[in-house]
Amino acid sequence: MQVSSTSLKAELNHSVVAEHTAGHHAEHPDYRLLGVLVFLIAESMIFLGLFAAYSTFRLVAESWPPVGTPHLEVLLPGINTLVLISSSFVIHKADVAVKKDNVPGLRLWFLATIALGVIFLAGQVYEYTHLEFGLKSNLYASTFYVLTGFHGLHVLVGVLLMVGVLWRTRKPDHYSSQSHFGVEATELYWHFVDVIWILLFLLLYIW
Amino acid sequence: MTQAQLQESASFAAPSSETGGGNWREYFGFSTDHKVIGIQYLVTTFVFFLIGGVLAEGLRTELATPESDFVSPELYNGLLTVHATVMIFLWIVPGLTGGFGNYLVPLMIGARDMAFPKLNAVAFWMIPPAGILLLSSFFFGAAGAGWTSYPPLSLLDETKIGEAIWIISVLLLGTSSILGAVNFIVTILKMRLPGMGFFQMPLFCWAMLATSALALVATPVLAGALILLSFDLLAGTAFFNPTGGGDPVVYQHMFWFYSHPAVYIMILPAFGLISEILPVHSRKPIFGYAAIALSSCAISFLGLVVWAHHMFTSGTPDWLRMFFMVATMVIAVPTGIKVFSWLATIWGGKLRLNSAMLFAMGFVSMFVVGGLSGIMVAAVPFDIHVHDTYFIVAHLHYVFFGGSVFGIYAALYHWFPKITGHMLNETWGKIHFVLTFIGFNLTFLPMHKLGIEGMPRRIALYDEQFAGLNLVCTIGSYILAVSTIPFVVNAVWSWIKGPKAPDNPWDGLTLEWMTSSPPPVENFRGEPVLVTGPYDYGVGDRSTEVDVPFSDAQDPALAAGPGSALRADPDPSVALHADDRQDPGNSNP
Repeated sequence: MQVSSTSLKAELNHSVVAEHTAGHHAEHPDYRLLGVLVFLIAESMIFLGLFAAYSTFRLVAESWPPVGTPHLEVLLPGINTLVLISSSFVIHKADVAVKKDNVPGLRLWFLATIALGVIFLAGQVYEYTHLEFGLKSNLYASTFYVLTGFHGLHVLVGVLLMVGVLWRTRKPDHYSSQSHFGVEATELYWHFVDVIWILLFLLLYIW
Repeated sequence: MTQAQLQESASFAAPSSETGGGNWREYFGFSTDHKVIGIQYLVTTFVFFLIGGVLAEGLRTELATPESDFVSPELYNGLLTVHATVMIFLWIVPGLTGGFGNYLVPLMIGARDMAFPKLNAVAFWMIPPAGILLLSSFFFGAAGAGWTSYPPLSLLDETKIGEAIWIISVLLLGTSSILGAVNFIVTILKMRLPGMGFFQMPLFCWAMLATSALALVATPVLAGALILLSFDLLAGTAFFNPTGGGDPVVYQHMFWFYSHPAVYIMILPAFGLISEILPVHSRKPIFGYAAIALSSCAISFLGLVVWAHHMFTSGTPDWLRMFFMVATMVIAVPTGIKVFSWLATIWGGKLRLNSAMLFAMGFVSMFVVGGLSGIMVAAVPFDIHVHDTYFIVAHLHYVFFGGSVFGIYAALYHWFPKITGHMLNETWGKIHFVLTFIGFNLTFLPMHKLGIEGMPRRIALYDEQFAGLNLVCTIGSYILAVSTIPFVVNAVWSWIKGPKAPDNPWDGLTLEWMTSSPPPVENFRGEPVLVTGPYDYGVGDRSTEVDVPFSDAQDPALAAGPGSALRADPDPSVALHADDRQDPGNSNP
């Protein structure tokens, strides 16, 4: 009975996560990517909350930015925006590569995305060090630093995730066209970070 | 070895060597079994409930007399803040969602575990450190701004360390709650056994789906608010500090955007548990299944758009107050649908007035009191009068204690045999109920009057004229404290020495009763199969010998055999008769 039921279930499930090991956690389809997607809803709500707070501060304030605060330079963050948007296309190449069992391609495109992510972070550090206001200068400055800083933290996490994936490609068969959750999840997360940046850029620099 | 045999063995008990709870050490480690994690949640949160209760007794002892004579006013503020935080973030939220959600959802949907067992364990193991951290803040001067932590009150230098600890602790608990929500959503969406559509799910699963969606969307906004608050507290920014150009009302908006939905995170799972318990002990199908299921979703959605009713006195503009007043009152509609459905469920039923049923009926009656005072405070003019008075304290305790905690107690009595494999003592259960019911009403009913007469909440000192009723409240709170003793003794004693529980002591129809008590590691031997709806009581002749009748030639509902008439849309791949079964890989059988 047990055997027939297990085989029936295995037939129903096309992709299977794990073998029935040590009598625990039977196989079921891989839902991890859906889990990541659901988690990103929560992530986007943090940003949405912070965006709403920023917008309220701005709409309630008498003048924004406050009198005497220098306007933000758009050129550098504009280039940074292009860097981050293009990185979303680059990381997708890695996804295409791994789905063709092309692990060297995966490595190449992940390295390229890491490079773009690091350029973005370096640009942000450069901007921070050359601004004429600090975290505590005024409400405007505080919101600027906390919003961009919180996003920068997410970029850093994305870069670290990619480094983690690269580390795992040491084993040649770790990622394949059949099994590449780490690659897909990282890509999804990176796209998310990218979209958040576009909103943030519009909110902080363009509005 | 035909499939028909397989299905009739769905309720085979597992040998004792396979049942959970074999090794006690497992409960102190990083287990990935949803049942072990569920028990870890339940026991841990109950300990925090007792700790929160001790803090509350400190408050009530102080309030027995108008003077400040038991604790210092500063310590009173700390007790008040930590009491509320423990009860909300360490007891009701994790107890209901983490505890019962983890234990019951996979069983009820016929899954072997949650979708992400390791994530589940990670979410649990954030709770004990966060709780210990929060309680340790008493050594450094606990946060004293109330669980709402409104700035600028929460930014005072004297409680800086306590407030920082409070923020870290709540952020940890919020993260745990979000991870749990992700797990529940994926589990309920994807792991239901074949043949169980959404409208064949037990109502507790609907409640958990609605709750998880709410936790997923609302909790991160609280995290955002607390991140900004911690910058104000520790880095000297002025997001919420008017002297630096900030706006404390923005904090209130962000805080209540989470904390009003949190009210529903704390009550929706209890609604779900009650919807399971009432039909079993009334021996009747649930009244209005779809209405109850969809009203959970409606409450979940409406709960997201009513937060500013906590801010009627915060300078909220009139038009906004009007919107939030009306939206809040609209929530009474789906909630009323549930209450009337529960009443219709037990109406004319063959009631078994055991401890679980008593607490469930206590839940319905006490929650209605809290719900009605909720509609009162939703009205702007009345709220302006009672804002920040004991009327609010009375209202929220009728919802959280009379509602959520009564619901948890009902569920503990109902599922204790399943979870532990032992029966609880009924007599002591009834004593527990009577003491709790009397103690609860004695503590919180007089607070309505105190509030209307203008006694402010959250303050250690009060005017002489309120002394009499406050003494009554304090005596009531002592009865409430004593009432937990019979339960704790009963639970511990029964767990160790109680009579062995049968697999299905209440003749329930949901899937958790179709396995052994306690269930084996992977819940079911073989594949569980749905042969009836979750509430088909009185549909077809029930034999007490078997848990579920499979077929009955005389009964129209069962004449075609199991899985036929009772399932609106049986899955062809698990159809009962081999001839009817379609191979998923072969559409032409």
